[in-house]
Amino acid sequence: MKILYFAWLRARTGRAEEEVAPPPEVATVGELLQWLRGLSPGHGEALADLSVVRVAVNQEFAKPETPVAAGDEVALFPPVTGGGGRGSEP
Amino acid sequence: MIRVQREDFDAGAELAALTAGRTDIGGVAAFVGLVRDFVEPGAGERPAAIRAMTLEHYPGMTEKAIAGIEAEAMARWPLRAVTIIHRYGRLEPGDRIVLVACAAAHREDALHACAFLIDWLKTKAPFWKLEDTGDGTRWVRAREADDLRAQRWEKG
Repeated sequence: MKILYFAWLRARTGRAEEEVAPPPEVATVGELLQWLRGLSPGHGEALADLSVVRVAVNQEFAKPETPVAAGDEVALFPPVTGGGGRGSEP
Repeated sequence: MIRVQREDFDAGAELAALTAGRTDIGGVAAFVGLVRDFVEPGAGERPAAIRAMTLEHYPGMTEKAIAGIEAEAMARWPLRAVTIIHRYGRLEPGDRIVLVACAAAHREDALHACAFLIDWLKTKAPFWKLEDTGDGTRWVRAREADDLRAQRWEKG
């Protein structure tokens, strides 16, 4: 399974992408996020507040209950900010 | 027509291309988004000037997401043609970021579809902005006001 990180999630995990092989009991996006948290202190920090993390599975927006499987491309990113706008890092 | 590109675009040329050779179009509504040189501070934040902004996106998903948003607009309004161009990479104040142009037989459809498209692009296309204020950089947070603007187009 390929995990992609964008924006500050990339900065905090220290990587743009990685291959992972979660155990079989990790079957949904929600379970995957919990499992990724334990991979390293950086992952734990990046995924500390899941209310500001959005997920896409195979390039489609996903929900916590969306299934994941080996071979999927799973992207983790903050809420999107296209067009124009402002704000600050959470 | 959808393009996601680093390069600038010529809005006039794009509008001309949108209607070239067509006689069934009664109006074109267009929106051009630019990089501002200031931010309005939120609660507890200092005002800041913007020196530059870097737009990151998710190649592959970006194009798919925009195509999905365009298809939704085509389903809701009888549009003759649509152009959406969204830039990425490093941009400076005054630079163009995005063009949305909708052509329809009647102005009402073109105007509504244009407003819908930019509202949904802001909240449903995978772009992220890194602002450079001169004191450092920070990732732009999604705005609740943008979410509310996008939600007014939700059905049901």
